[in-house]
Amino acid sequence: MTVLAVADHRRGDLRDVSFELLTAGRELADAAGTDLHAAVVSGDTESFAEDLNRGGVDHVHAVEHGEEFNHDVYAQAVEALATDLNAEFVLVPNSVNGLDYAPAVATRTGRTYVSDAIDLAYDDALEVTREMYGSKVETTVEVADGPFVVSIRGAEWPAAEGVGDAETSTFDVDIDEDAVGSTVKGFEEVGGGDVDIADANFLVSIGRGIEEEENLELVEALAETTGATLSSSRPIVDNGWLPKNRQVGQSGKQVTPDVYLAIGISGAVQHVAGMKGADTIIAINTDPNAPIYDIADYGIVGDLFDVVPALIEEFGGEPPSV
Amino acid sequence: MKVLVTVKEVAAVEDDFEISGTEIESTYLDYDLNEWDDYAVEEGVQLAEAGDDVEVVAVTIGPERSEETIRMALAKGADRAVRVWDDAIEDVELLDVETKAQLLAAVVEDEDPDIVLSGVQANDDSFGATGVALAEELDFQWAAVVNALDTEKVLDEGVASVHRELEGGVEELTDVELPAVLTIQTGINEPRYASLRGIRQAQSKEIAPKSLDDLGLDAGVVESSLDVTAMYEPETESDAEYIEGDAGEQAVALADVLRDKGVVGE
Repeated sequence: MTVLAVADHRRGDLRDVSFELLTAGRELADAAGTDLHAAVVSGDTESFAEDLNRGGVDHVHAVEHGEEFNHDVYAQAVEALATDLNAEFVLVPNSVNGLDYAPAVATRTGRTYVSDAIDLAYDDALEVTREMYGSKVETTVEVADGPFVVSIRGAEWPAAEGVGDAETSTFDVDIDEDAVGSTVKGFEEVGGGDVDIADANFLVSIGRGIEEEENLELVEALAETTGATLSSSRPIVDNGWLPKNRQVGQSGKQVTPDVYLAIGISGAVQHVAGMKGADTIIAINTDPNAPIYDIADYGIVGDLFDVVPALIEEFGGEPPSV
Repeated sequence: MKVLVTVKEVAAVEDDFEISGTEIESTYLDYDLNEWDDYAVEEGVQLAEAGDDVEVVAVTIGPERSEETIRMALAKGADRAVRVWDDAIEDVELLDVETKAQLLAAVVEDEDPDIVLSGVQANDDSFGATGVALAEELDFQWAAVVNALDTEKVLDEGVASVHRELEGGVEELTDVELPAVLTIQTGINEPRYASLRGIRQAQSKEIAPKSLDDLGLDAGVVESSLDVTAMYEPETESDAEYIEGDAGEQAVALADVLRDKGVVGE
């Protein structure tokens, strides 16, 4: 049977979700009465393997090949390992790299793929809890036929801790270089510029609720009046209304200000990943069910176009008419 | 050159809604083109505008109702569309990734495009897997979560030189050989609004229906291994202190909180 958990790393570091993956993998292995195998592909496999040897891990496999992620190499390596171990469950992170190779492994090995799990249960059939319609609902999906490839959402399971007594071994895969049709040329840091929102102690952050680019004037006035720094959720940057260096979230910046004032931001998981470390989170939103309230310390259910002008006046400013 | 863009009509749920069984009641659903696919269509149309003789074909899996949405892709510049549907598909509650990839692969094999553009994910079921599974099914190359594509290189050199948007403000620069499937991230471009002229022209563009039979597939292909056994609203974990009152009262109380936290002076 076997659970195979494949770690994620980038530029010399294992990513946090790799250790969360071990916790999810151990739970699944217990439910199915089997062993948990961890794997790491490419990079400094020796030190990665040592770090992956945490409580609950039975075996760590290291596949030495190159430094950084390449989906062709990962797909080949994980296919070979999963086949060799006859793994019933292949667990990967639902990360950008996971998205880039896990569906290929599933297709190639005839495994059923389910992505972005937030909970897992196994009792003869696999039960995956996942969200639909952008966090509006949760669903339980029963997947009858194994074997499976499942990707898990970050920050849903605690990281595995402690030092385990896993056996570590190198797994040799003959990577077919002719089948490698993609070449990673390098990396680029984006979102530099004049302002570093990660340094701010008070962020006024704006989301889709602002509706139109012209209305940004309103939150700019609030930021100016209160001495706050302006940041935003993804759609505002996608629309080109603010530069990339203002984006808070998984693909933007992680911020930890004293106060994070989220205005018209629903609180999608990708956004929350970037701001949950703020000391105090205040949310203004028209939808009382918006997930942002799950992590907010203070909530205002109301229309930002009423509350923000009143707040500007409260601090002696002149709200623009929008 | 031929560009194929996969598009999906998705349902958005209103703020207040009701669940009946394992589905949201249809009165609370509004249908629209999947947000990611809107960017994929734009990227395809930009390739067509930059090159000579580039055809853009939109492909969808969807019921007749979805033609209205698909026509938006045509209004924005796609040349024609293919719509895959069948009674056998109608009966499936949640199509699995493998099925979607196989259905689309049959169309790709008919059309023989150089490049396939697909949204990273759909706002409804959010699997985020169709594009890569499709590439694997076809033995195409691929790249997931692309937020920049060098149009010139595609047209002149037959290479997709892309940026993949990783987490934390880092992008990976990757070259991918064609034919390839690219999954397109939001923000890669600025999707245009359909012009009145475009909307008019779209009325006469072809949306070719294809059944499983037309694609040479048998009904077994749509057997889903997924069964939705429950749907519910997530339990709220909120322990937020709510500030009540009208907007003026809320602003006064909020100002007090901000002063109290020391981030705004008097």
